[in-house]
Amino acid sequence: MTSATTTPNAPSAASADAPARRSGRGGRPSDRGTGPGAWLFLAPFGIFYLAFLLGPTIWMFVASFFNTSLVHRGLGSFAGLDNYVEMFSRADFWSSLWHTLQFTIYTVPPLVILAFVFAVLTNRLQRGQWFFRLAFFLPFILPSATISLIWVFIFTPATGLFASVQSLLGFTPGSGILADPKSAMVGIAIATVWWTIGFNFILYLAGLQDIPRELYEAAAVDGASTWQQIRHVTIPLLRRTTTLVILLQIIASLKIFDQVYLMTNGGPGISTQVSLGLITGTAFTDNRIGAASAASVLLFIIIVAIAVIREIVERVAARRDQEA
Amino acid sequence: MTTTTATTPGAGRAGRSGVGGAISAAAPPARSSGAGISGRTFTIVTWIVLVVFAVIWLIPSLFALKTSLSENGVAALGANEILSHWYPTLHSYSTLFGAGDIWNWYLASAITGILTTVLTVVFASMAAFALSRMHFRGRTTVMLMILLGIMIPSQVLIVPIFEMLGAANLLNTYWAVIFPQVPAVISVFIFKQFFDGIPRELEEAARIDGAGLWKIYWSVIMPLSRPVIAAVAILTFVGVWNNLLLPLFVLTNPNLMTIPVGLATVQGSFGQRFADIQAGAILAALPLVLLYLVFQRQIVEGVAGTGLKG
Repeated sequence: MTSATTTPNAPSAASADAPARRSGRGGRPSDRGTGPGAWLFLAPFGIFYLAFLLGPTIWMFVASFFNTSLVHRGLGSFAGLDNYVEMFSRADFWSSLWHTLQFTIYTVPPLVILAFVFAVLTNRLQRGQWFFRLAFFLPFILPSATISLIWVFIFTPATGLFASVQSLLGFTPGSGILADPKSAMVGIAIATVWWTIGFNFILYLAGLQDIPRELYEAAAVDGASTWQQIRHVTIPLLRRTTTLVILLQIIASLKIFDQVYLMTNGGPGISTQVSLGLITGTAFTDNRIGAASAASVLLFIIIVAIAVIREIVERVAARRDQEA
Repeated sequence: MTTTTATTPGAGRAGRSGVGGAISAAAPPARSSGAGISGRTFTIVTWIVLVVFAVIWLIPSLFALKTSLSENGVAALGANEILSHWYPTLHSYSTLFGAGDIWNWYLASAITGILTTVLTVVFASMAAFALSRMHFRGRTTVMLMILLGIMIPSQVLIVPIFEMLGAANLLNTYWAVIFPQVPAVISVFIFKQFFDGIPRELEEAARIDGAGLWKIYWSVIMPLSRPVIAAVAILTFVGVWNNLLLPLFVLTNPNLMTIPVGLATVQGSFGQRFADIQAGAILAALPLVLLYLVFQRQIVEGVAGTGLKG
């Protein structure tokens, strides 16, 4: 995906008539436009980029050093590193990071393993693939509000569908999975796995379609059983997809907000409070923009660090693919 | 299993050596029947596993649908009652449509979704056109900004975005939902990749006729880019429709709320009206489900091609 940016523009076959071109500035054959023209094309997007992406990022860094509040206009008094010191010393800041990690640990293995299994099996079918694509992928396009309302109702203590299934299987339903601080995050994780598995499923299906059929045929000729083919052909060739899936999943987990806000609102207590919940609570409930900005900066740095790792991993993998 | 794997190599080798017509003619059936046994077992297991999980995956949506078609009184009694009452009622849907809020929410979601999509597609493709077809001073810097922009997690910017919208007096307007979602940098990237693959010869005729850059972008490149326009447009629309975080904080006027925010806000006041709540959940998703059924291929390929996630 990222390899395209490094691909040089291929010189066109029509470069011979370069002098005849009105807008060409001469020089390189692929030189097509003039400076001002290019900036006119870039400007509309660029304005939005600066106003709503780069601008807020800079503002967030600046505000994190001030006692900014929703109550007064402007930045407020200079606070130095106070907001950061406060965040590092707050127990709920560390617990929100821990809950985010907990959520990641609960969701990544099922989201990777089940998606892989579903994709490998679906890919083998001669017909009926559409049905399984629909079943596994459809939840992914539903709004978080829809999936949260569905799962909160399923998790209704004692009389909900989940409790009925639990009693059917011989478990005691108890007080409800979302009501218990020990299990609330598990409930959110179950809903999330159901909701987002379609994304990984589609990525794996796309990866599987890139594996040449001849490799399986060669393996079959060499006597590899179906299982051996999966073990020695499919899994190694999907390693790149798996890395991508895991890193994307970690980034998505760090940004989790919707399901938690809608299903438990961080509760019971603060047992499911995640980083974005803490940030929005500090900003919009406590009116402490400066402190919320400091927390945002810290989360921002973690996410960008993982995104950079992802970029590097992708580039290394792409280069290795090219060499192979 | 083990026996089949042991015999297959022999059959394979015999087949490939092709010593005599008889052997090579006999070998393929032997091999395929050997693979067939293991293959057939595997196919049966495949079907069983997939059907079981597909049913598990369909149950939550179907249960929500069934609940939404029940009376509130029945839904309040729990799952067993809901499943044992067969006759559906549209009572909850008529209640929701009668109350009226949902029409405002649909309107807000449609307006913000469509406007964001149009602005994103036009502006991102223009920027991508410049990056794909023109050379200018500062191009490398712009490419770096694009790469940086892809990594910026916009959700984490909710606090400064809220502050800036407040300073610009845009809170509680549709623009507060639209503007921050326009700079989806990944769209520029997707368009650029596609444009890079369009052969330049196709522009030459237009260029010889004296067409300017705008003409080439609008009359040559864009018409050739329908598949990628469709993919970006649909994914943008779905993303805006499903966004909760941004509209939740920048819209507090119930008349302007998008459908997920409206539902999240009123669910508390619904109390024990569980059938109505599930009907609301279904109605929030319904336009997207219809969109998916129509544009299934574009959505799936778009997701697979971009690795785009929330």
